[in-house]
Order: sequence, then structure tokens, then C-alpha cells
Amino acid sequence: MRLLLKGGRVIDPVTVRDESLDLLLIDGKIEKLGRTLTSTSVEVIDLKGKIIAPGFIDMHVHLREPGFEHKETILTGCTAAAAGGFTAVCCMPNTNPPIDDESVVRFIQNKAKVALSGLVDVYPIAAVTQGRKGEHLAPLAELSAAGVVAFSDDGDPVFDAELMRRALEYAAMYKRPIIQHAQDLPMTKGGVMNEGFTSTELGLAGMPPIAEDVMVSRDIALTDYTGAQYHVAHMSTAGATELVRRAKARGLNVTSEATPHHFTLTDDAVRSYDTNTKMNPPLRTREDIEAVRKGLQDGTIDVIATDHAPHSYDEKQVEFQAAPFGIVGLETAIGLSVTELVQKGVLSFYQLVEKFSVNPRRILHLPQIQIEEGEPANLTIFDPLAEWTVDPSTFKSKSKNTPFSGFRLTGRSVGVINNGQVYWS
Amino acid sequence: MPLESRHLLGLQGMSQPDIQLILDTAISFREVLERPIKKVPPLQGKTIANMFFENSTRTRFSFELAERRLSADVLGFQASGTSVAKGETLKDTARNIEAMKVDMVVMRHSASGAPHYLSQVINANVINAGDGSHEHPTQALLDMYTIREKLGKLDGLHVCIVGDIAHSRVARSNIYGLKTMGAKVSVCGPATLMPRGIEKLGVDVYHHIDDIIPHVDVLNVLRIQLERDAGRLFPTIREFHNYYGITRQRLERSPKPITIMHPGPINRDVEISADVADSEHSVILQQVLNGVAIRMAVLYLLATRN
Repeated sequence: MRLLLKGGRVIDPVTVRDESLDLLLIDGKIEKLGRTLTSTSVEVIDLKGKIIAPGFIDMHVHLREPGFEHKETILTGCTAAAAGGFTAVCCMPNTNPPIDDESVVRFIQNKAKVALSGLVDVYPIAAVTQGRKGEHLAPLAELSAAGVVAFSDDGDPVFDAELMRRALEYAAMYKRPIIQHAQDLPMTKGGVMNEGFTSTELGLAGMPPIAEDVMVSRDIALTDYTGAQYHVAHMSTAGATELVRRAKARGLNVTSEATPHHFTLTDDAVRSYDTNTKMNPPLRTREDIEAVRKGLQDGTIDVIATDHAPHSYDEKQVEFQAAPFGIVGLETAIGLSVTELVQKGVLSFYQLVEKFSVNPRRILHLPQIQIEEGEPANLTIFDPLAEWTVDPSTFKSKSKNTPFSGFRLTGRSVGVINNGQVYWS
Repeated sequence: MPLESRHLLGLQGMSQPDIQLILDTAISFREVLERPIKKVPPLQGKTIANMFFENSTRTRFSFELAERRLSADVLGFQASGTSVAKGETLKDTARNIEAMKVDMVVMRHSASGAPHYLSQVINANVINAGDGSHEHPTQALLDMYTIREKLGKLDGLHVCIVGDIAHSRVARSNIYGLKTMGAKVSVCGPATLMPRGIEKLGVDVYHHIDDIIPHVDVLNVLRIQLERDAGRLFPTIREFHNYYGITRQRLERSPKPITIMHPGPINRDVEISADVADSEHSVILQQVLNGVAIRMAVLYLLATRN
């Protein structure tokens, strides 16, 4: 590989850089960095007006393999990630078998290494409990040693407070966060959308926002007591956001993420009974969206993650209450974030890069990527002004379940570079 | 003027003239039901499928009778459980039936929004015979017909719906329909059976039945599901009866007679006492009779709209 990237705007919060620079990449490394580089026998790529950032990581992805290959595979999921502008993903353990054993971790790592020749780094997140059943701890030490970066029973909360306490304590020994799908289970039993006026009109069973608030509140108390590390997955309510804000102010090791759909759509979208508006946690209200945006702005919410949850066409072609929860997100994340956050003045591009690259790596204790001479080239390149219309048929993901079909967005990935591999969108 | 929509999915958003048209059309079909030969020909050659994914006797018989009285060809099934449990999706079931050249589909389903979804995947007219906790439009239409028959109007009347509002499709359709027709609507029941934000539909919310009884013209008493989350949403059937049950003693505190309605099936001496259900102010059996006429009107208007 010999590439000369000309005139891109390099935004790298780690080296505190935001300027137009040329990058000479040779054999997967940043050979040179400078204002006007020239070189012979290289492929020159004009990136004027484009942003070059340290590679984006989506720390909340369902790759579905092993077990649900009709929805997504490691290969199709990695391709969707690359197409969407990510050089790394964390995959959630609700596979079949679940990621609660070293052998499954190895299986995923081996598949990821050959998918796109290792372009996309795949960091497995393992289950907190054996079989994700919420009864007994999974072998957290062995799993950590195998390379797992965090623990979560995502899809379900760790509901038992005693077990959650022990999981926090145990995982902290290995510097691994517990990522919680925060939800009080009896409160959300049977629910298919946010509880509120819209669910009342539609006659659909509701999941009240307080179900999330109650669990985040409990978990913060447990984190305080244990001194462990806790991360709230897909935070969707104003109440939970305020709880995390206060926990951070008290100096607790509490972090959180928000998804593009939770800062973009309200539960009004469910009025269509479109099953692509069904996800867990559900779409909330305008007030919750405003709170999530405020949380992203003031740093209460550290990370933008997609909760990419592929489901096949037929699985979603059913009555609303029979449909599985979840939507795909990898290929619309940058567009929605630029359109809804940067263009609306919530975040700067610099902060956007922090949410997509720096902060998730900090939370997961992964080495930071630096755009610096001699460093490996791990880059996300996106066009901040590209206008495009979401067309699910062009998705690289095996599944097309998105509520954003037909949306006009600004901002789109141009390409990614990692591990000596290049992918142009 | 034909109906605006080619489906009857719900009363939310249905215009006043459309509701008026259905109620007025039902008058002549109601008259047919009094004849010695209770059959008329307008739907001859039309085929209607009744897909009941949830148990029902009253509504299924009512639709089937209405269809036969209009001379339509009728087929149907009743199966409990979701389509997923049955192993075939709703879409496939409906498309297969439609492939046999069915003109109209009447569907009852436990999933809210199922008829809405169905109308997007098949071409036949879809009539909602009750979907989950969402809507039951023909029930609300027959309720309005019955009120109008008994009290001569809808506009300006005060109707209170009593019981489990949260899980009731009858309540929602009645609220939409009655409000459109100019009636005042209140709902009464324990806070635990009130759906969030219901007041935004323009209804007054009461938790104490004796507070509202003196002010209403009509009480529409909902069936309480005895098995509903036993002991979690309300403590006991006895307590529910003592605090919300419609009894003669309670009604006597009202200065004027109150028309009593119930969509059935009744739990006698739970939500309504037996003597009230059988009293001269109860129109429960008229509701059942009018249901056939209303369904004839709906089927006729949709079939002749095309």
C-alpha cells in the first residue's frame, strides 16, 4: 500500500490536531505527515473538504454470528461497519451459543481476522452471566484473558442486584466495565414501545421511561459501593441522563452511550405500526431527545454507538407486537450524527470524533489511535457535506431493517483504512 | 357520498359525515332485521373472509349474520394465539385467502395495529373487528347507534366509560367516535387501569364512580378481565365490585335515569349487578341486535364504494 492523502482536514483529539494536512501512507503506516507532501509512485487521493479522523469504533453491535447467520455474519457485519465508516466494532454476546466461553471468543476472533483481511477490528463483549440467564457469573477472568473488552447481558439487564454487585466487583479486577441494558423487568414485561400518550392511542403495551431510570439509579448505587466501572448502554431517557450526570459529578466511574435513533426519532414514528420503529429501549419523547442531546453536549453521554441489530425481512414482516426488537445502524450512524448533532449545533466535528473514537477506547481501555508519523494508519475518512438519501437496498448489512429509509442526510463515510487494508465506500 | 376510506381500521380520524352515513345507513338495515325474510341482495357475488385470531362468539356471529343477510358468500375461521405461534405469518395467511379471490376481510387480532398492517399487504377491504387494546370500530358504531335510538341524539350527551380503560379497544373507539359526534366523554376506573395521557384525548378522568354518576346520561360498563395480572393492577374482584360495580343503589343517587350499556360478555355482579343489567334502562340486548345492522351498513358501504 502506497497512498498519498492530499488536503484532508485532520481532526485528532489525541494529538489535539485540527488542520489541513497531507498523509503519506506506506504499508499500513503513516510514513509522513505535512502541509504539502509529494512522493513518487504513490496513489494520490484528493481529500479536500473531507475529514480524516482516528478510526471510529462502534462499541454496541450485534454481529449475530454464531447462531443467527440469516440476520448477519461476521463478514457482512464487518463490511457494513467498513461501509459506514468504522474500523472497529464491539460485538454483543447474545449469539447462539452466547459469548460466555473462551471458545466462542476464539471463534469470533478467527472469523474477524479473515473477514476483509482484518480491516475491521472486532472486540467481543462477553456475557456477564452463564448463558445470559442472570443466575451465575460467566468465567470473567478467562474471558478477559481471551481478549474480551467488557461484559454485558445486553438484550436483558443483570436484574439481580446481588449478582450485579458481584459482577462489578469481579470485572473491576480485570479493568473491564459492566455494560448494562438498564431496565426494570417487571415494569417492561410485555411492552413493545415507550409508555406515554402515543402508546395509549395505539393500544400498544408500554415500557415506561422510569423502568430505565430505576435500574440506572440502582446500578449507580452499586457502582458507588463497589468502586467498579459501569457503562449504561443505549441511554434513552431524560431521567437516566440526569442520574449519570450526577454520578459523574460525584466522581464515580460511570459512563454512557446514546444511539442515533434515540437522538433522532420520537415515539411518534411508531404511529405507522412500522416494525422498524420497534427497538429496546424504545423510541421516547421529544423531551428525552432534548435531554440526550444535552447529555451528549455536556459530556454526560460519552459515546455514540448504534446498537446495530439486524433482523431478516420476514422477521419484521409481522404484527408490531410479534416483531423482534432492533434496527440496523452501522451505515446511517455518521449521516444521522452529522445531520442531527453537528448541523444542529449540538456537537462540533471535533467532539463528534471524540464520541466515535476517543471516548469508547478510553472506556474499554483500548490503546488510543494517533494520527502521527510512525503510527499505524487507522483512519476514518468522511465527507461532512455529502448529501444523500438513505436507501436500504444499498446496505452492505445482510439486513435492511431501518426506520430511516428515504431520509435525507448530510455527512457520509468516504472510506476507512486499518491493518494495512483500505475500503472506499 | 361514499366513505373516505376503503378500509374500516378505526374511528380515530374518521369524519363526522362518515360516521353519520354509517349510522343512517344502519337504520334501513335495522328495519330489514324485523322482516319475516331477513335477507337482501346487495352483496350477492361478494366473498368475505372472517379471520378471527382471537376467540369471539358475539362479534363473529354478528359479522357472519350481517354478511349472510346481505347475501355475501362467507368463509372464516377462529384460531387463538398469534400467527407466529400458528407457524404461518399473518401476511401469508391473508395472502393465501386473498388468492382465492376474496373481496373483503374481517379480522379480529390480539395485536394492536394488525389490521393496519394487513391493509398494507393485501388488496381486499379490511374491516377491523377488534385489534388488541387499540380499536373496535364496529362496537363503537353500534354503541352510538343504540344511544341515538334510545335518547334521540348524540350531540351534547354525557357518556362515561367505566372500568379497565387501559386495555380496552372499546373505550378508545367510543372516545373517538363520541367526541366526533359532539358528545362529552368521561372515563372512570382505578388509576392502575387508566392508560397514560388518556386525558389528552379530551376526556375527563374520574377515579370515584359516585362522583360521576349524577352527571351522566349513559354509562358504558366494560368487562373486567378477571385474570388480568391477578392482584397487581387491582387487589380483588370483591373490591373492584364494591368501588366500581354499577348497582341499583348507586344509580338511585342520580336525579335522572341513566342508560346502561355493556359490550359483553357480562360478569354479573362484578362490574355490573344482575338487576341493573336486566333493568328497563339497560340496552345491552339492543346493542347486540343493532350490531348486526351496523355491520351490514359498514359492509354495504365499503363493498359499494369500489
